[in-house]
Amino acid sequence: MTSVTTDISLPADWRDFWALTKPRVMSLVVFTALCGLLAAPGSIHPILGFTAILCIAVGAGASAALNQWYEADIDAKMKRTANRPLPAGRMDRESAFQFGIGLSAFSVGVMGVAVNWLSAGILAFSIFFYAVVYTIWLKRSTPQNIVIGGAAGAFPPVIGWAAVTGDVTLLPVLMFALIFLWTPPHFWSLALYVKPDYAAAGVPMMPVTAGQKSTRNQIFFYSWIMAASALAPWALGMTGLIYGIPAMLLTLVFLALAFSVWRNPAMETSAMKPEKRLFGWSILYLFLMFALLAVDRMVLA
Amino acid sequence: MSEQPEMLTPEQSAQVRARQKGRAKILGLILGALAILFYAITIVKIGAGS
Repeated sequence: MTSVTTDISLPADWRDFWALTKPRVMSLVVFTALCGLLAAPGSIHPILGFTAILCIAVGAGASAALNQWYEADIDAKMKRTANRPLPAGRMDRESAFQFGIGLSAFSVGVMGVAVNWLSAGILAFSIFFYAVVYTIWLKRSTPQNIVIGGAAGAFPPVIGWAAVTGDVTLLPVLMFALIFLWTPPHFWSLALYVKPDYAAAGVPMMPVTAGQKSTRNQIFFYSWIMAASALAPWALGMTGLIYGIPAMLLTLVFLALAFSVWRNPAMETSAMKPEKRLFGWSILYLFLMFALLAVDRMVLA
Repeated sequence: MSEQPEMLTPEQSAQVRARQKGRAKILGLILGALAILFYAITIVKIGAGS
């Protein structure tokens, strides 16, 4: 099937457009958006709720497509990303750009007409933030890139909330803060063990510019403020014990794993088991925390 | 004439057709699903207004 794929004037396969939306990243986006929607007071008609989640997912896909349109040169230099449709030569850049812009306009427009214009506005801003502020502007220029990029990934629960209520209050802001502060320890633990890749591509990731030791310090530091924002909804009385107790235990595990990363002196990728464990746990952790938050709020309501 | 020949090999044109067919099929499914979704949204919106 892929014998003549070097000729990029051929139309791209639909599977490559699908891959361009980063479906696996989308699952976390859909899930946190759904939890934001469920945690909000009041209710939304299931059809409109479905439409809101769909628009958030399509918006995330659009961001991913625009990100890869701009980053094909970096992706080509890294093992992890070299097989994406653009660097592998299965699609031309213009198709990816048009696909991304088309999906963006479509998702924002449908969200505005079917749900409300506040959630459509936040969705539009999140796409702009990821594609322009993060991808085009900051990713190549500052080692704090991932901290700012994390803000883009933190919007979905806020949009889900705004779809129901038409406003944004303290709880969705705390949900935003949890993802925002979770991103640095999550991503830097990955970056530590794929550092040679980033160095080769010339991306100023924290382990490349500041070294492993400083990165580990910052992982540990961000884990503590993340823990504070994770427990704030309970401490401020916006959730009950269904969230509070498990959230405390799950966060303690996160801190323990972050601690072992902090204590790990390894420079070699082969000795970075604590980093791999923290990265793996961080994904499960975020899923569980948002599930608990949604369940707790639905039981309270 | 330094340009490459415009003609595709039989193998390439078969691949182009296969991809066009695949894309048309998926696009058809998406459009059908959107028609149903917009119909449902319209019914919900009208219902809420009355």
